[in-house]
Amino acid sequence: MLPNLSRDEILRYSRHLLIPEVGLEGQRKLKNSSALIIGTGGLGSPVALYLAAAGIGRIGLVDYDTVDSSNLQRQVIHGTSTVGKLKVESARAKLLDLNPDIQVDVYNEPYTSENAMRIAKDYDIILDGTDNFPTRYLTNDVAVFLGKPNVYASIYRFDGQVSVFYAKEGPCYRCLFPEPPPPGLVPSCAEGGVLGVLPGTIGTLQATEALKVLLGIGEPLIGKLLLYNALDMSFEYVKLKKNPNCRVCGPNADIKELIDYEEFCGVPSHDHEEGSAGANWDITVQELAERVKNNHLKLVDVREPHELEISRIPNAINIPLGQLAARLSELDSAEEMVIFCKSGSRSARGLELLASAGFKKVKNLKGGINAWATEVDKSLPIY
Amino acid sequence: MPVLRIPTPLRAYTNGQSEVTIRGSNISDALTDLTTQYPALKPHLFNEGGELRPFVNLFVGENNIKDLQGVDTPIKEGEKIMLIPSIAGGANVA
Repeated sequence: MLPNLSRDEILRYSRHLLIPEVGLEGQRKLKNSSALIIGTGGLGSPVALYLAAAGIGRIGLVDYDTVDSSNLQRQVIHGTSTVGKLKVESARAKLLDLNPDIQVDVYNEPYTSENAMRIAKDYDIILDGTDNFPTRYLTNDVAVFLGKPNVYASIYRFDGQVSVFYAKEGPCYRCLFPEPPPPGLVPSCAEGGVLGVLPGTIGTLQATEALKVLLGIGEPLIGKLLLYNALDMSFEYVKLKKNPNCRVCGPNADIKELIDYEEFCGVPSHDHEEGSAGANWDITVQELAERVKNNHLKLVDVREPHELEISRIPNAINIPLGQLAARLSELDSAEEMVIFCKSGSRSARGLELLASAGFKKVKNLKGGINAWATEVDKSLPIY
Repeated sequence: MPVLRIPTPLRAYTNGQSEVTIRGSNISDALTDLTTQYPALKPHLFNEGGELRPFVNLFVGENNIKDLQGVDTPIKEGEKIMLIPSIAGGANVA
């Protein structure tokens, strides 16, 4: 039995009721449905806002982060007034202001192998708005095990991908990406950033797919991957097939329960703002400040050239990480040097590359130039 | 000659090029030509044993080469090949 709509709800949803594909019955279906949104960041913002506005009866939000002012360039569900507050609480208040007739359940915790099945089991659909590989594989596997559709999206700079992974009817995320890139090869770390409106475009497409699946209308992106590029304003599609060797949804699947996803991906799923190369290879900003006062030390900045316009450490030479392997001849392995980036992760990978090329006197600046800006040169901005 | 679309995350290794013209009558030859033109791409596409990494997805037109003949998939003049990256998403960068 679908729930009835109140007089107020009929007015609220009148533009839906006028569409024959939705109509009164469709709107009652939406009221009766539930959606779990993993992450209330760039993608989660438009997804949650539009699903709430559309009248999905119950929305679950999973996030353990707090709102930071650097989020607001794209995470439009939050605001300046909620900086410092829990993201799930900031989002819930906005959603209930937009639509007080819905129920919003919040999970202020990391989404992990321990809690994911419990959290997800009572929802009709799962929307993946995460930003890291371990949580993506976890979200996929949970959806496969629970037999629920997983509306997937990911973004990078000007590029977006969208699909509906629904193992009952088509491929899952692992059919396309059986395993993640090894940590040193994760391209999103070599550069970074995202056009603020991009998650708006992509998240809105994700919400569209969720509504189609819940209403049973149109052709959802099951077995299709949408590739969007904002600069070319191009939408391209490729076909995805079920992988017969898929380890979670294939006929001979050997993964039958949730695993340790951080171990599987070789990376932490939760932000570690300060990159480290390991204690023996690290130098702190305080140590560096002392060292540069006293003696000559070569400084290698592996950020992208445009990042130097934001902040720089005097006398550092710039070799972007992507060029490091090809420009080793510019460095002298006998010389002591410190390698740094924005906050220490890219430079940790650069250090690995240098160490494997025989450089033994290299240290990684822990926390990167942002730590330098916090502790040593406070005239520099943090980004 | 076939054209290969390079996804944004890998353009750092192709001097910023978004499309690269490659020579070869099948995917294997085309990738050899690609990594000869841009050696820095090689570790991103192949493992130490010289095999295509499992997360690297190449599409000829709309179809994954895994659903065709793998690296032996023939390619024709002017055909578009897409390299689809595994991106975690999000905007954080260290």
